[in-house]
Amino acid sequence: MGRYILRRLLQMIPTLLAVAALIFLIFSVLPGSFAGTMTGGGRRALSPELVAQINAQFGLDKPLPVRFWDYLVRLVQFDLGTSFRTREPVMDLIAARIWPSLQLALSAMALAVTVGIPLGFLAAMRPGSLLDSVTMIGAVSGLSMPQFWLGLLLMYVFALQLGWLPSFGYGEGRLRNLILPAIALGFAPLALLARTTRAGVLEVMASDHIRTAMAKGASPSQMVRWHVLRNVMVLIVTTMGLQIGSLLGQALVIEKLFSWPGLGSLMVDSVAIRDIPVVQGTILVIVLWFLVINVLVDVIYAAIDPRISLR
Amino acid sequence: MSGPLLDIRGLTIGIPNRNGPPLQIVRDLSFDIMPGEIFGLVGESGSGKSASALALMGLNRRPLTTLEGQALYGGQDLLAMSRRSMRKLRGDRISMIFQEPMTALNPLARIGSQIAEMFVLHRGLSWSDARPKAVEALAAVQVPDPKGRARAYPHQLSGGLRQRVMIAMAMACRPDLLIADEPTTALDVTVQAEVLRLIRELCEREGTAVLLISHDLGVIAQMCQRVGVMANGRLRELRDAKALFTDPRHPYTQGLLAALPRLGSRATEGRHRLADLDMAIDRDAPGFSETYLRPRGEAA
Repeated sequence: MGRYILRRLLQMIPTLLAVAALIFLIFSVLPGSFAGTMTGGGRRALSPELVAQINAQFGLDKPLPVRFWDYLVRLVQFDLGTSFRTREPVMDLIAARIWPSLQLALSAMALAVTVGIPLGFLAAMRPGSLLDSVTMIGAVSGLSMPQFWLGLLLMYVFALQLGWLPSFGYGEGRLRNLILPAIALGFAPLALLARTTRAGVLEVMASDHIRTAMAKGASPSQMVRWHVLRNVMVLIVTTMGLQIGSLLGQALVIEKLFSWPGLGSLMVDSVAIRDIPVVQGTILVIVLWFLVINVLVDVIYAAIDPRISLR
Repeated sequence: MSGPLLDIRGLTIGIPNRNGPPLQIVRDLSFDIMPGEIFGLVGESGSGKSASALALMGLNRRPLTTLEGQALYGGQDLLAMSRRSMRKLRGDRISMIFQEPMTALNPLARIGSQIAEMFVLHRGLSWSDARPKAVEALAAVQVPDPKGRARAYPHQLSGGLRQRVMIAMAMACRPDLLIADEPTTALDVTVQAEVLRLIRELCEREGTAVLLISHDLGVIAQMCQRVGVMANGRLRELRDAKALFTDPRHPYTQGLLAALPRLGSRATEGRHRLADLDMAIDRDAPGFSETYLRPRGEAA
């Protein structure tokens, strides 16, 4: 088990290197540069001499392979470089943003799990009922609705019209500020989990061992506790993992919309001004999160299903 | 007890049909099972054997529905019982084992706790008291190393062992009646013989009656005292096993027996195909339509 986890963690290294290389390449072919986004006081672009000077200052005048090599050397020392704009270490910038990001992603996921899974369960217990139809219609809408639109809708209703909750900002971590962005971000995973759970429960209920449980004389609630819950978890744990893993990256739209000081908004702002070290750093963290969650899912999977062994 | 353990009268099972009479899968099935008896129900697939057994347990598979009939057990009609009281009987007084030992057990639960469940459900034991009883039950079905096996998961056992686990589970509460629906069909021949012997010995010891359902005439001949022959949802013949095999009366039974391969005969000689399919088809059945036959033969 320990060996397995260690090996999986080591296997992340090539993936992270590949991601780093990819980001490097993309920014070298994209038009625009950090110096190009700066304007000198007025509306004029900077003079070519000044641009060259700025580029030299950040090492952007060196050839791409050299820059990549320098980057890698720093990366293995856990140094993500220095932001072009703020001149602060990228590590510090990320450290300041990671907690709000995790807070948002985990609250969204908690909402999705605590509402989506029970809803899917109830819907599956009474297929064709009103609850089932309403849940499934809601789930399809939840999956097809653009996140930002749901966010705007929530803002409009609960912040502007009703005035119950603030419409933007971190609010020094107050729960009031977290509620709307968490709902906006969590709604799609909630919908997906409700659907997956419903399908999973129906699949398990149709299996032979449920007929055995009925022949044994188990009541419906005993059957669900002893023979359905765990079996359904096997089917939905993958979906849950993929959602948690990708939520950090997905959050950028919602973070921008609600002015949430997370990794996503940091990344978007940095892309706009070509602050390459910051973009690279945030993407690496988001990818790392995804990979770690994946390992975690596999471990949980093996813990639930005895037929799966980690090797 | 001198009367029958279970008296089935006029059991009719069908699929309700909005636009007409329901299609009847099992029609007017009547037979009884005496205490401690091994009663065989034989017939080709689709003849309604399993559907009847599941109906007795109150476990009809949708869209099948019990339409008519009674199944009297100790003066109560199983088919008219409340769900709650039926649940009390199921597994305790009447238990069932199925054809597919590979899928009939919960793949994620240990063998021991799946058997222990019976004692928790019907004897009111706590889980910690039920576990040692489960090990005893495993020992009773001659599973080697019952203590170790109780901690195993179904996928770690062979088909034969899994079917023994099913038997241990079904016999855990010493039921009056064991319904065995094709218990050995999925097993290979040597394991099959062992499992059948185990069922017979256990039931003799506990005084449990068996309703043995099989399409295998050999299994039926080996095990049963009385046999009912089903075809197309109807009971065609009900006799003592010996009499049935030496002197079949109903043409369908005669055909069935003639279709058996005999030792020493050539593949075709002295052996008949069960060509008389028309007899197995009841064109007068309510809800019957010629279209039901189409997949079997040529275009209508």
